[in-house]
Amino acid sequence: MYSVNYHRAASVTEAAKLIKSGDAKLLSGGMTLIPAMKTRLAAPSDLVDLSRIKELQGVKVSGKTVTIGAATTHYDVASDEKLKKACPALAHMASLIGDPAVRHKGTIGGSIANNDPAADYPAALLALDATIVTNKREIAAGKFFTGLFETALKDGEIITAVTFTAPAKAAYEKFRNPASRYAIVGVFVAKGKDGVRVAVTGAGDDGVFRSKDIEAALTKSFMAAALDGVKVSAKNLMSDLHASADYRANLIAVMAKRAVTAANA
Amino acid sequence: MSDISLTVNGRRVSGAAEDRTLLVHFLRENLGLTGTHVGCDTSQCGACVVHVDGKAVKSCTMLAVQASGSSVVTIEGLADGADLHPVQAAFKEHHGLQCGFCTPGMIMAATDMIARHPEGLDEATVRAELEGNICRCTGYHNIVKAILAASKTMAKGSKGKARQAA
Repeated sequence: MYSVNYHRAASVTEAAKLIKSGDAKLLSGGMTLIPAMKTRLAAPSDLVDLSRIKELQGVKVSGKTVTIGAATTHYDVASDEKLKKACPALAHMASLIGDPAVRHKGTIGGSIANNDPAADYPAALLALDATIVTNKREIAAGKFFTGLFETALKDGEIITAVTFTAPAKAAYEKFRNPASRYAIVGVFVAKGKDGVRVAVTGAGDDGVFRSKDIEAALTKSFMAAALDGVKVSAKNLMSDLHASADYRANLIAVMAKRAVTAANA
Repeated sequence: MSDISLTVNGRRVSGAAEDRTLLVHFLRENLGLTGTHVGCDTSQCGACVVHVDGKAVKSCTMLAVQASGSSVVTIEGLADGADLHPVQAAFKEHHGLQCGFCTPGMIMAATDMIARHPEGLDEATVRAELEGNICRCTGYHNIVKAILAASKTMAKGSKGKARQAA
């Protein structure tokens, strides 16, 4: 790792000031940033640690509205009793990230700011039609995830929370790479008052995306059988040593079926 | 450079280190606590697991300065003098180790796992919870046995204490 200057922010306001120093990066759980710095894929001059800012932590459920602070760890999301009632699919999804030690550190804000094409949260937030709240504005998930490791965040903008309306039904199914445990295909299905949304991670050439074909079929009938005969196009899907685009296309339909079955269970 | 002060195994310690110093290196090199191992150095193998503020974390993926102000427990902090911690005793009893390199991380992960599952553990849960700890000797079978045994011993122990308290 190259030399770096560490700053611990006590508030979002302080972090917003500190992030202007040099070529600074925000540090939350560090589960991606620190490995990237160790391999010198990232070399920020300064780190601004957000993980001790109280106002960024915790899950709030008020009626159907769920708000999760950006520095809430995967463990805290997975084990939050209120969230398990309001949106069990998201709590379950958080319990599938990495391993227990990683879930104790990694945060929802860090995951979506990084927007890894195989990360789980982008699929959940896109399917849940979530709003990403920053210290400057609110951004719809559909406009937030803009490409591989790319988001709509501007320089120095800090995610403070994620908010969404709990869906009537939802589930997440992940087909994992047996070694890395990242999603080769992950499908989050949500049936809310504005219809069915289906988001896919791990597979897209350009990161997370909505599968309109699957959404159309599930809007007619929210049953796994509704996806019989639905063929997902392999166009714009990733091909790598783990899986070809055709294989991923088939997996998307398989995972979507499993997710619908789980959502109806 | 930063001044880092933290509580390690119940003892207040402090020292100066570069901001890029990883917690595992601070523990091993500044404090001489070499029980915590560096295995893969890529956050996968779990040989470096320690507890920070009561939670198992990978100390190769955390800066020492991030832990400043926190309370850290390492493998050296588990035993009570000559009395092994129940998880250490179970690893010894059930031969939950071969070469022993992964053992400190396995034991720190196991104590965290047992604490998070007061309702008790089954084999499937233990195996799933060990996702982030790799044993290159592939000695998982006895590791799982040891954790299940320790979990039972500790449940009995806590019930015993509750009875005494009552």
